[in-house]
Amino acid sequence: MKFRESLSGGKKSNQTRENISGSVSSLEVHDLTVSYHRRPVLWDIDFEMPEGKLVAIVGPNGAGKSTLIKAIMGLVPPASGYVKIFGQSLEDARPRVGYVPQRNSVDWDFPTNVLDVVLMGCYGRIGLFRRPRAADRDVATDALRQVGIADLAKRQISQLSGGQQQRVFIARALAQDVDLYLMDEPFVGVDAATEGAIIELLREMRRRGKTVVVVHHDLGTVRDYFDWVLLLNLRLVAFGPLEEVFTDTLLQQTYGGRLNILTEVGELMKKQDRGRELR
Amino acid sequence: MNDSLFDFLVLRDLSTRTVVIGSMLLGIGSAAIGCFALLRKRALVGDAVAHSVLPGIAIAFLIVGSKDPLALMVGAVVTGWFSMIAMDYIVRNSRIREDAAIGLALSVFFGLGILLLTHIQHTGAANQSGLDKFLFGQAASLLARDVAVFGSVSLILLLVLIVTFKELKVVSFDPDFTRAIGFPARFLELLLTTLLVVAVVAGIQAVGVVLMAAMLITPAAAARYWTERLGVMILLASLFGILSGYVGAFISYLEPHMPTGPWIVVVASFIFFVSLLSAPKRGVIAQLLRRRKNVRVTLEENILKTMHRMGEADREMQDPRSISEIQNYRSIPAAVLQRGLLRLASEGYVTSQPNKKWSLTTQGVVEGARITRLHRLWEVYLTEYVRIAPDHVHDDAESIEHVLTPELEVELQRLLQRPAIDPHQQTIPYR
Repeated sequence: MKFRESLSGGKKSNQTRENISGSVSSLEVHDLTVSYHRRPVLWDIDFEMPEGKLVAIVGPNGAGKSTLIKAIMGLVPPASGYVKIFGQSLEDARPRVGYVPQRNSVDWDFPTNVLDVVLMGCYGRIGLFRRPRAADRDVATDALRQVGIADLAKRQISQLSGGQQQRVFIARALAQDVDLYLMDEPFVGVDAATEGAIIELLREMRRRGKTVVVVHHDLGTVRDYFDWVLLLNLRLVAFGPLEEVFTDTLLQQTYGGRLNILTEVGELMKKQDRGRELR
Repeated sequence: MNDSLFDFLVLRDLSTRTVVIGSMLLGIGSAAIGCFALLRKRALVGDAVAHSVLPGIAIAFLIVGSKDPLALMVGAVVTGWFSMIAMDYIVRNSRIREDAAIGLALSVFFGLGILLLTHIQHTGAANQSGLDKFLFGQAASLLARDVAVFGSVSLILLLVLIVTFKELKVVSFDPDFTRAIGFPARFLELLLTTLLVVAVVAGIQAVGVVLMAAMLITPAAAARYWTERLGVMILLASLFGILSGYVGAFISYLEPHMPTGPWIVVVASFIFFVSLLSAPKRGVIAQLLRRRKNVRVTLEENILKTMHRMGEADREMQDPRSISEIQNYRSIPAAVLQRGLLRLASEGYVTSQPNKKWSLTTQGVVEGARITRLHRLWEVYLTEYVRIAPDHVHDDAESIEHVLTPELEVELQRLLQRPAIDPHQQTIPYR
């Protein structure tokens, strides 16, 4: 902590400073590098996130947005670096962090109903090899009510629309009742009504002091929805409050020049790994 | 009733009883665990594992020197399990994809197994006869001790499934989420792998290496047609497995030269085809019926809409119309139109009038207006929101008008702010 404190400054806002000197930050990522088949897809990601913010992770396709939150959750192994959540290691902090995968990462033809999926949010609390109780069902039902689909509790998940599927995933996260949420593209392929309902919920969660990190693809709504932004393109371009970071210059840096040096070096490392000639 | 048939049904004869009970037990575990293989899209992995147990059986025989079921089983589990680990390793650490990895493991292990079996046959060991039965299985040669061993294996397997049901369910549905909540997803996947290997090994005695995949996948695939609940699916698949074992053993009892294993698979396949055709929601027949009903409803709605348009034209909504008058507005074959009108009459939307004419009832006017409204609202939506030229929107609206739900209609009206006219300057009829 001491070391980081001495490094912070410069462009960091007052809010961040207060946070570092005061309470523990919700999420710290230290020099995180992630590789797929030896080819780096995230380089030296390093940031510290204050509590109680709605944060957008923004960047072009292939920038590593999903990989970043998967790496934070320990779903892809880092090549180097580490993550701290509320000052604890990931394994210790798991009960305080929730993950919402991309909607299309699961098979919605799985034989189960809406309530059962939301109930999975309680599994971490219930523990291994124990059955859910009535109280857990109440939590799940309440989560469904919050996302506005309490009437669909008994519906087969194969019968849901895209927006309803996303609401089910959000409800499952709500049932977890954690302090930090990482959501992968929750607004993709949902109807306008669902998008509105979800953003309302996220704001309500922020009011209750939760930190919500969202991989977001729609630059048009970033300004309306979020108060902090993380610009990502293989490396961390910028991270901070919306008004400081969501600027034309920084966006240009994030989206401009698809083939930057990092991608080229990544390609070279892949070639090297496969034993091909470098040039 | 035929005496021998009766003997079979009450399992009077000890060896019959052994074969029948054995065949039934062997089907349970594989069918239950097959549900998870199917849902995790690992159906082919089961096939590869089944083929990969063969070298294990041969090696165990070479070491122990007898066909002790427990020893053979251990050997089978070891190579079966090793092949799954190998497949997993190949997919993780090379650029070879899963289908190729499965093919590799299957052929390499199976080839090795055949090689070893041939070698054993050439050693001329007196007690080796019957090892090749593992290729196609021979339930008829099951002994009481085999049934005891495999029966208890199936039982343990089911117990494990019951205890870890919640965990296996979540890891099969969403492995990333499972890891995210701190559950040992890798361990659970390994557990599923191990259970799969054990189930395969237990079933191989009856149906053999080559047909084992069918016992994993066919009952599970059949069960999926009948239910939307995982627990029920597993139960049903197990039942189908038991039933296949029983009927398969029965058939080969009636015709002693018929092999039991293949018959078990044939029966399971039959159950699958019956499910495929006649399951209430997912079955092919149910789907065909639904499609036919949709065609019927579309026709009826088109007739009502056409008669509503005629009413708009001469401002007499309920005037009687003849078949040919309707055909002037919309080309529907006379016979089809006649049938549609008769059905509409029975539903109270039209009434028949003198001179073979038909008129809309009040209810028919309302329904005709609804379809017209949906058609025109959709045209407005396409031109305004999707920016499609007005002369391109009609065909799309023709199909969309039949599927729009009342909720979507409300949404459309709100979004478009209740437009008065459509892109073709026709008034949109509101209630």
